[in-house]
Amino acid sequence: MTWILSPLAAIGAAVLGALAFNGRIAIFAGQTLSHFLRPPFYPKEILQALMSVGYFSLPVVGLTAVFTGGALALQIYSGGARFNAEAVVPQIVAIGMVRELGPVLVGLMVAARVTSSIAAEIATMKVTEQIDALVTLSTHPMKYLTVPRVLAGLIMVPVLVGVGDVIGIMGGYLVSTNSLGFNEAAYLTNTVNFIEMRDVISSLVKGAAFGFIATLLGCYYGMNTGRGAQGVGQATKSAVEAAAVLILAANFILTSIFFSI
Amino acid sequence: MIELRDVHKAFGSNQVLRGVTLTIPKSTSMVIIGGSGTGKSVALKCVLGLVQPDTGLITLDGKDVTMGDRDAFLARFGMLFQGGALFDSLPVWQNVAFRLMRGSLKKPKDEAREIAIEKLRRVGLTSEQADKFPAELSGGMQKRVGLARAIAAEPEIIFFDEPTTGLDPIMSGVINDLIREIVTEMGATAMTITHDMTSVRAIADNVAMLHGGVIQWTGPVADMDQSGDPYLDQFISGRAEGPIEAVR
Repeated sequence: MTWILSPLAAIGAAVLGALAFNGRIAIFAGQTLSHFLRPPFYPKEILQALMSVGYFSLPVVGLTAVFTGGALALQIYSGGARFNAEAVVPQIVAIGMVRELGPVLVGLMVAARVTSSIAAEIATMKVTEQIDALVTLSTHPMKYLTVPRVLAGLIMVPVLVGVGDVIGIMGGYLVSTNSLGFNEAAYLTNTVNFIEMRDVISSLVKGAAFGFIATLLGCYYGMNTGRGAQGVGQATKSAVEAAAVLILAANFILTSIFFSI
Repeated sequence: MIELRDVHKAFGSNQVLRGVTLTIPKSTSMVIIGGSGTGKSVALKCVLGLVQPDTGLITLDGKDVTMGDRDAFLARFGMLFQGGALFDSLPVWQNVAFRLMRGSLKKPKDEAREIAIEKLRRVGLTSEQADKFPAELSGGMQKRVGLARAIAAEPEIIFFDEPTTGLDPIMSGVINDLIREIVTEMGATAMTITHDMTSVRAIADNVAMLHGGVIQWTGPVADMDQSGDPYLDQFISGRAEGPIEAVR
């Protein structure tokens, strides 16, 4: 009987573990959101987080978007040529970047850059007792560390997504007009005419959701790190993995919702 | 006065505190000694609320520490952490003035900086060190900054967690003298955790030995050498043989 029950027990344990993890994340998110509304607030820390999450992520987001937009244009041109549809490059690059690739790639880049940085920084503070020191100095760690970072994620990642969308489209434009023989004015006109407001809104909403996920998980794993350098490394790795997977899962859910309305 | 009554704390199956009962009278310096892993830091963190005891009662001036305004409670405390626990991202003076720049004790920036520099001078550091970052200081200097931060808001109660760990004997002596002077001149209640017997003799009015999760012995520092307690005698003399099991 054991050989039948053991796999079932393992599946049960995995399911329970996943549910417990989701519960802990939900509680942490609820606590964070509740601190958004209750003073004291730390404007200096919020400004620093806005700069760190937003401004300093611009180079990596811009480079990712421009190369992706360029590659997308080449792929669509090549694929479209099989059924004489090369002319749709501007429209498909625009919709592909704005609806899907812009938010997802920016979300993943933020997970790589910001989630890892937040998790490592807070985890190091935890193992060196800096979090305990904050408490003894009458400063709530969630208000001082988590709220500014998550708020910055909610505000700045949609901005990064907007910038990434534009740069991605420009990447497609540069490749199409310089290598594929498209007319500059016609390309831009087709792009602008094809994108709808709901495309832009869905892109920015996804950005806000991904920013929330990326920063929240960085803070969660940082605050719940194990001991020593190994604990910090594990927390950082787990934070990036969880953020990347949850961003992709959230992208599917949000895309399904936007398709249904 | 701080009182711990029958405080228990376990982490999983590891029962760290098994009924700690201890009284620290106002304006006295209590040093808690004991081997590594005996729960000294846990006891201290229980008082501050950084760790929640499983059972037992901890009171400050007769009031349960878990009741009432937590900010007002913590404003009465200062703490020097074992590794300093200085905030890497802030310059030294902002570390010292951290509490004075936020919350109920908030002061204008210039005034907070002035107080920070005065406290740094009190612990033997110059204003040149004020604008450096913690990583630019030696271990001894970091301890001094931690000490300056602990006394910056002139708290009634100061906790010192292993204040001389990792320091050379001369720097340890300097830190011990500073702690004794500061506690005396501020009239503060002090609770220190250490296993450095030189520190004990320099800092303590009273000593408590924690072993096996309970207070094995407590009394004035002057009585420590004639306690007749075999555990305390072995700890003071540093013998491998005795009731405290030494792992070789």
